[in-house]
Amino acid sequence: MTSHRWFSPSRLAIHATLLLACALYLIPLIVMLLTSFKSPEDIRTGNLLSWPHVITGSGWLTAWDAVGGYFWNSVKITLPAVLISTLLGALNGYVLSMWRFRGSQLFFGLLLFGCFLPFQTVLLPASFTLGKLGLASTTTGLVLIHVVYGLAFTTLFFRNYYCSVPHALVQAARLDGAGFFTIFGRILLPMSVPIIMVCLIWQFTQIWNDFLFGVVFASGDAQPITVALNNLVNTSTGVKQYNVDMAAAMIAGLPTLLVYVVAGKYFLRGLTAGAVKG
Amino acid sequence: MARLELRNVNKRYGSGLPDTLKAIDLAIDSGEFLILVGPSGCGKSTLMNCIAGLEQISGGEILVEGADISAMSPKDRDIAMVFQSYALYPTMSVRDNIAFGLKIRKMPQSAIDEEVARVAKLLQIEHLLARKPSQLSGGQQQRVAMGRALARRPKIYLFDEPLSNLDAKLRVEMRTEIKLMHQRLKTTTVYVTHDQIEAMTLGDKVAVMKDGLIQQFGTPQQIYNDPANLFVASFIGSPPMNFIPARLQRQGGRLMALLDSSQGRCELPLSRDIQGLEAREVVLGIRPEQIVMGGAEGNGLPSIRAQVQVTEPTGPDLLVFVTLNQTKVCCRLAPDVSCCIGDSLALQFDPARVLLFDSASGERLDLAAPACVTQDNVARFTGR
Repeated sequence: MTSHRWFSPSRLAIHATLLLACALYLIPLIVMLLTSFKSPEDIRTGNLLSWPHVITGSGWLTAWDAVGGYFWNSVKITLPAVLISTLLGALNGYVLSMWRFRGSQLFFGLLLFGCFLPFQTVLLPASFTLGKLGLASTTTGLVLIHVVYGLAFTTLFFRNYYCSVPHALVQAARLDGAGFFTIFGRILLPMSVPIIMVCLIWQFTQIWNDFLFGVVFASGDAQPITVALNNLVNTSTGVKQYNVDMAAAMIAGLPTLLVYVVAGKYFLRGLTAGAVKG
Repeated sequence: MARLELRNVNKRYGSGLPDTLKAIDLAIDSGEFLILVGPSGCGKSTLMNCIAGLEQISGGEILVEGADISAMSPKDRDIAMVFQSYALYPTMSVRDNIAFGLKIRKMPQSAIDEEVARVAKLLQIEHLLARKPSQLSGGQQQRVAMGRALARRPKIYLFDEPLSNLDAKLRVEMRTEIKLMHQRLKTTTVYVTHDQIEAMTLGDKVAVMKDGLIQQFGTPQQIYNDPANLFVASFIGSPPMNFIPARLQRQGGRLMALLDSSQGRCELPLSRDIQGLEAREVVLGIRPEQIVMGGAEGNGLPSIRAQVQVTEPTGPDLLVFVTLNQTKVCCRLAPDVSCCIGDSLALQFDPARVLLFDSASGERLDLAAPACVTQDNVARFTGR
C-alpha cells in the first residue's frame, strides 16, 4: 500500500474546509439541543452556545404535553398514506413498464406533471372533492390527499426501477403460468427492496413534514404535529419558552431523522439502482 | 412430444408498418429439432415469441398436435422457453427457480421435490440448488435456465439464442450437451440462433430467414449443399462460399463458364445443361473446400493456374486466396501444402459441385427442386 501523506498542505486544507462545513450544518442542531435542556432562566442569562448550568428535562415534558397528542395524529396520517402510496406506486410502475398499453407513455407523461404541481394550486379543488366525498376535516381525507399527491412520485420511482428489469423475467414467468399479480408479488416485489426504501423515506419525509395540507384539511384535535408545533411556537401570550419550543421542534423532527438513520443506506443504493444491475 | 405446424403465419406490429413475418409455412414432426437462423432483424425471435404466445400473430395458424393454439395464452400452450438472458428469478434459489412453474400449476410438494431432483441430476446442478442465480457462473446459469424449462415436461421447448452469452469454449461444450439432451428426451424443439455452426450441428431441420421470409427450409445438408439462393449460400458455411461472376458460353453443345486469372484461362463445363443462359452473366458458387490442388496426374477435371495472394493457416486447413475473374477466391487446402505468397498454383474444380446463381435476383438457376423447399412445394414436386 502506498503511504498517504496526511499532513500535506492540500490535505489539511481539504479537511479544514470539511470541518467548517460540518460545523455550519451542525450548529443549529447543537443550539436546539442545548436550549431544549436549559431552564428559561438559563436561556435569558447565557448565550446561544453556552452549556446549560443545570440540565433539565422539564422543557421536553412540557413540550410532549403540548404536542404529544398531535404526534400520534401525524403517525395515523403518515403510516397509511406512505404504505398505500408506495404500494399503488409499485403497481403503477409495474404496469407502465411491463404491461404497456396504447397511450401508456402519454399517461405516464401526464402523471409526471403531478410532480411539478405546486401544493397551492390543488387546495381548492381538493377541498371541494373532499367535501363531496364527505371526508372534509377527517384524517381519512388527509390520507387520501397525501396518497393521491404522492402517487406521481412513487409511480415515477417504481416505473424507472422496473424499466431496468429485463422484460424476459416477466415473459419467463408468464410461460411458467404465473398471472399478473403472481408475477408482481412473487418476482418483482422481492427484487424491489432498494426502491421500496427510497419510496418509504421520500414519502415519509414529505408527509410527516407537510404543513400546508395539514393546516387546510385538518382541524382541531385531528391536526398533525407540524401544525401543532406552529400553534405552540406562535402563541403570543406570556413569556417565550424557548426550551419548550426547541424540544417540541426536536420531537416533530425525530421520526424523519430516525427513518434516515435506519434506512438511509438503501436511499443512495436505490437512487443509483439501474446503473448497475444486481 | 408434439408435431408443430405453422400455416401462413403473419405478424404486423401496426397498420402501415411492414410485415415482420410474412406468410411463414413450417412443419416439424414430433421430436424433431428445428433451427431458425438468420441475421439480426430477420424475424426469427419474433417468430419464436409468436409460438410461445408472448406475441399475438396477425394472421395464420399455429398448430400443435393438429390443434390451433394461436389464440391461447402462453400458460395454456404447454411450451417452455430458455431465454438468451436466462431470465432466472434473481431473488429465488436455484431450487425455487426450477420449482416455480410447478408450484404455480399446483403440483403436490412431493412431486415437485421429485421433479427438481430429476432435473438437477440430469443437468448435474444438484450441488447448486441452494444458491441464488447471482452466485452462479454463466454456464451454471445456463443449465439452471434449461432445468427450469425441462422441469415441466412441456410439449415443446423453445431456445432463444441460449449460448450467445457464453464464452467460445463453453459454447461448444453446451452445444454438444443440448444435442445429447435432445437425443435422450426426444422433445420437439425450436431453436433460434444467428450462428450458422449451431444451425448446422444441432438441427434436424433448418429454416433460414431474412426480412421476415423463410428463404429455405430443409435439412442442414440440403441447406449446405443445395442453397436456394445467394443469401442462403452466403449465410451458411465458414469460410463462406465463393461467388465468382462469370459469362456462360456454349461450346461443342455444352454450357461452359469462363474463368480467368492473371496466369491463365479455363472453361468450366457445367454439369447441368440449361437452355437460354448463353452469353449471360451469372454468379458461380463454389465452396472453398471444393477447390482442390491440381495434381500431376490428369484426372480430367478442369484446372486453372492462379497466383497466391494471401495464405491463412488455421491449423486444420490452409486458406489460400487467389483472384479469379477479378474476384477474391478462398481455397481450403490441406495444411501440409507448402505454398508461399506469389506462388503459382494449379487449382481444380469439380463441375458437379459448382452452383449457378442469377446475378440479378440471386436465385439458383440450376436447382432441380424448387427454390423454396416448403412442405407444400415438396409435396408438389415429389408427388407425395
